[in-house]
Amino acid sequence: MSDSSAGAALAAKHLPPAAGAGKPYDFSRKYWVFAVPATVIILAVIVFPWVFTVFMSVQDWKIGGGTEFVGLENFRTLAQDQRFRDSLWITLWFTVLAVVAPIVLGTFAALVFHREFPFRGILRTVFVMPMMATPVAVSLVWKMMFHPQLGVLNYLLSLVGIPPSAWVFSPDTVIPTLVMVEVWHWTPLVMLIVLGGLAGLPKEPYESAVIDGANEWHMFRFITLPLLWPYIMIALVIRTIDALKVFDIIFVISEGGPGTASETLNIFLYLQAFQFYKIGYASAVVVIFFFIIVMLSLLLLYVRQKSKWNA
Amino acid sequence: MSAALRSRPTLKTLLFKAGFAFSVFVLVSPAILVFLWMLSLSFKNEVDNTAWPPVFIPNPPTLANYVEVFARNNFLLYLWNSILVTGGAVLVGLLVGVPAGYGIARSKSAKFAILILIARMTPALSYLIPLFMAFQWMGLVGTIPALLITHLVITIPIIVWIMIGYFENIPAELEDAALVDGCTPWQSFRYIAFPLARPGLVVGGILAFIFSWNNFIFSVVLGGKTTRTLPSAIYNVLTFEQISWGPLAAAALLVTLPVLLLTVLAQREIVAGLSAGGLKDG
Repeated sequence: MSDSSAGAALAAKHLPPAAGAGKPYDFSRKYWVFAVPATVIILAVIVFPWVFTVFMSVQDWKIGGGTEFVGLENFRTLAQDQRFRDSLWITLWFTVLAVVAPIVLGTFAALVFHREFPFRGILRTVFVMPMMATPVAVSLVWKMMFHPQLGVLNYLLSLVGIPPSAWVFSPDTVIPTLVMVEVWHWTPLVMLIVLGGLAGLPKEPYESAVIDGANEWHMFRFITLPLLWPYIMIALVIRTIDALKVFDIIFVISEGGPGTASETLNIFLYLQAFQFYKIGYASAVVVIFFFIIVMLSLLLLYVRQKSKWNA
Repeated sequence: MSAALRSRPTLKTLLFKAGFAFSVFVLVSPAILVFLWMLSLSFKNEVDNTAWPPVFIPNPPTLANYVEVFARNNFLLYLWNSILVTGGAVLVGLLVGVPAGYGIARSKSAKFAILILIARMTPALSYLIPLFMAFQWMGLVGTIPALLITHLVITIPIIVWIMIGYFENIPAELEDAALVDGCTPWQSFRYIAFPLARPGLVVGGILAFIFSWNNFIFSVVLGGKTTRTLPSAIYNVLTFEQISWGPLAAAALLVTLPVLLLTVLAQREIVAGLSAGGLKDG
């Protein structure tokens, strides 16, 4: 009984009132149900941490100790904390280098891998592998390669007559060296994004350019580059966000040292939270960090929208 | 005259080809150097590993480093932890993330999509302080469930993000007919949209697996002595036991091997996912 009547009720409910009214049945209000389980988890592990962090950032809170509301005191202390200010500069310096180099190299690599050549598939896979490799595992190998006396890199330099470098063991060279590892890791991502852009380029502008007698450089400069620009911008924003968040490679290779020479924002944050157990203070750093990331993410959305219009 | 005209482009082409080959060489060699050096260190004995000038080709190659990794350390235990944490987080991520991607794509909820994007962009470390406090309060610090739950921070956003893109590309008209015929939204998802978006499930699952497997910091803070995952386990081996280069390289290679194999086998899916997740649609 229940089966047939339920079925009839269902049919009555879902059948359009007048067949042939020409309007597809609108279920859109029901679709949020599909997102409920994910929403519950996201609220617990993502949104709760965000809210709790903001709450903690206005408290004087130490792990194992009491907590006391201090208003914006943590932010005021941060503004005067020389170590924090240094870490901002180090992060900025690292980020600029670790964005510009992969963008230039990655775009170049995309242009190279866009052409047909023997073994292209295999070589592209090899080129992409660093991006997927476990950062800690690879960083350990880099660390061995940087060894001042026994490292293979100084040996390779000696082969071409360059004096040995101190790599991560000197405050002067530690940031460029870490940038080198970061470039090695993430240039493939830029390459893939730009390669995606190249694959979608229209053919017509090139055909008319050839008829007009344009040479290769002109075609690149005035057709390819402007059309690729949105993709390069997307890569730029993604790379900026990733570079700001760099952690694993620095933590493993230089541990923020020598001294505090490679202590970026994320390393500073880690030390405050899990070395010095200043939870409130560290949360204030997260709030500032989060603000920067949200701004950049919105910029990314904006650029994506623009690229959709252009493409 | 005509010969001169023909020979000039040929020289130019030759120069271009040489330059092109050189570019490919320069682009690919850093990756090859690091991975080959890793391989070389892992198959050499300690004398060769600390020799100057460095020995490049293991002669004779030795498996002693790999034997040591398995014999002296709890490598298999950490491997099992990694499989539990990453496997569990990817499974839960797919179970809740695929329907969520469908719901968001069909209801065109831009706000939800932005939330997911920001979640993906936020540094993992920033989730760690509140979650650490919460797990401490619940007495879960140093347990596998705590690690698994924390890894959902990685897997869910990336899976939802990729699935939104795939479901948006499935024309809604395909489902309209079924819905008008009295099919419920769940049936329409289960029998029409889901089978069509299955490639997205593979892509999202693979990328979530890779990023979760590679995660280091969660296990450093939340992992106990017997519950840490592979990346933090090899890091701890390095700092606390000061073990020599050969076994360390062997361990590093074993940790990253599953991910590298996956990259080689599923290159097409990964490229599709990264371009879909990175810029197109969604």
